[in-house]
Amino acid sequence: MKDSSAIIKLEHVHKIYHTGEVDVHAVRDVSLEIRRGEFVALMGASGSGKSTMMNTLGCLDRPSHGLYLLDGVDVSQLDRDELATIRNEKIGFVFQGFNLLSRTSALENVELPLMYVRKSCPAREQRERALRALATVGLAERAGHHPNQLSGGQQQRVAIARALVNEPAVILADEPTGNLDTQTSIEIMGVFQKLNDAGITIVMVTHELDIASYTRRNVIMRDGRVVSDLAVENRLLATNELGKLRAAQEAAQLAP
Amino acid sequence: MKIIIILRVAARALRRNKMRTILTMLGMIIGVGAVIATVSLGDGAKAQVESQIASLGRNVILIFAGSVTRGGARGGWQNAGTLMVDDALAIQREIPDVTIISPEYRSGGIQVASATDNWSTTIQGEGQDYLDIRQWPLSEGSMFSATDVRTASKVAILGKTVADTLFHDGNVVGQAVRIKNVPFTVVGVLTPKGLSVQGNSDQDDIVLVPYTSAMKRLFGATNIRGITVEAASTETLATAQQQIIDLLRQRHRIGMGRDDDFTVRTQEELAQMMNSASETIRQLLLAIACVSLLIGGIGIMNIMLVSVTERTREIGIRMAVGAHGRDILMQFLAEAVALSMVGGGLGIGMGVLCSRFAAHLKNWPTLTSPGWIVVAFLFSALVGIFFGFYPAWKASKLDPIDALRYE
Repeated sequence: MKDSSAIIKLEHVHKIYHTGEVDVHAVRDVSLEIRRGEFVALMGASGSGKSTMMNTLGCLDRPSHGLYLLDGVDVSQLDRDELATIRNEKIGFVFQGFNLLSRTSALENVELPLMYVRKSCPAREQRERALRALATVGLAERAGHHPNQLSGGQQQRVAIARALVNEPAVILADEPTGNLDTQTSIEIMGVFQKLNDAGITIVMVTHELDIASYTRRNVIMRDGRVVSDLAVENRLLATNELGKLRAAQEAAQLAP
Repeated sequence: MKIIIILRVAARALRRNKMRTILTMLGMIIGVGAVIATVSLGDGAKAQVESQIASLGRNVILIFAGSVTRGGARGGWQNAGTLMVDDALAIQREIPDVTIISPEYRSGGIQVASATDNWSTTIQGEGQDYLDIRQWPLSEGSMFSATDVRTASKVAILGKTVADTLFHDGNVVGQAVRIKNVPFTVVGVLTPKGLSVQGNSDQDDIVLVPYTSAMKRLFGATNIRGITVEAASTETLATAQQQIIDLLRQRHRIGMGRDDDFTVRTQEELAQMMNSASETIRQLLLAIACVSLLIGGIGIMNIMLVSVTERTREIGIRMAVGAHGRDILMQFLAEAVALSMVGGGLGIGMGVLCSRFAAHLKNWPTLTSPGWIVVAFLFSALVGIFFGFYPAWKASKLDPIDALRYE
């Protein structure tokens, strides 16, 4: 395995929160490597440290100790603004609550990361890139809609397009299906699978086993440590599952 | 981030909550409006005072007979009775920097009658050079001559108001008027001059007669009430003033350490006196206006703090996708400045309208100088930066993780 192919490389990462009298050791000595093109589910019960891991991976927070190499860059010692630039260039976020700007069109939401690109790109190119990202998630015709005119699944797709627009090294998704019903969840997983098939690296936090089984690799955390790291054996395919679901629905309607 | 994008984002944020934006701007509108209106009225009043002071003539020195204090009882304004025609002639004779003079005897509330009408007005006895000193031209007829003064002729010059009141057909020169029942012939009519410096009397409500006629034929006076003097130039005004004081003290035999029984004022001093009064009022109003600007600024700060709290999540999203602290700072600062500058702009409009309205309604003079408009506009931008900085700084220091989780 070549080092250059590792998008994410954690070495003995610790995260300790100093809150009040007790120090909370949220992540303990985690070493992890995620290579280009992987689709990883980061799992664990609440309090297992997976959210802290996500914040650290997303460069929203720095590890207390240890080394974090993102796409070959040591990000463990960067300051706030440098981290912001790294997030802008290398990471695409998808959140549980979609986190779109309200009263702002889908297109403008997708354009948002381009606003903060350090070497500015012309407005027309921004628009084209945002439209392309929207087309990738199948929402090109809804570019002018505001979030409140879109369904939950559509909003999450806009969020995915926003994550894609800067062509990041990795997409980090934090419980992306947490607010969605089963069918929409599978549809969103389908979008992720399609992106992954196209070579995009995805790391997703979830506590739902069935959602995790759409990924290729499951990392399970408990008490701040990685306790299991296995490839997914019976990987579900969103297209198949959606077909089954529709068949079941039709059967239910046909039944007397 | 480009400035144009920052402004577009700010404009959208402000449009999102129109009512709140307008109410927040109201503080600035009223503040800036008050400043502009105050300054316009103040400058207008000042300009008017200056033009009226200028209407006194050029390089004019006014001498008023003083009040005298005898045994603790003050004799009243111009009642000392010690200023004489000879004093005036001595000033002209002995002070080289003085070009022309006019002794004055005036008395108000005197009945003047034509064949058809009568009118109570001020009779002002003057020398033949008075109108030259005041640079006050006649609209018809001619000024009485030195001979008229010497012989105390019964000739009169009418102010516009008096002329219009007593004679309706416009045929005035050569007509007879009776002043205190003494018949006088009208030899000229003055051009209108409008309100006086104090703005409370009509300068055209006047009848000019030779001072000799006023003293001998009308009032039986031996002393005069004042002297109007023209100095040769602006540079010699102060020396001439001092020489007049010295001469009069000597002629009136006023010993060292005793008060003058007259007052000598130059035109400049009068202008300063008038202006200092209006300046005080102006500064007071300006202070009030500044306080309302301060309150406007605090209003902006308040709303910006609310806005930062409300939009914590938005700030978190922006930071997550790569906004630096500086970008967030600029965004909120731009909003605050947009609020204060649009408010300031509307305030300028309102201030100008208000001063125009006051000018129209109450006939107050107003003068809105472009300099003040620029100052007001820049100042409102400054208010926005000053009061917008803290909320914007607070926003820029938010932790993206906390901000994203904020409900």
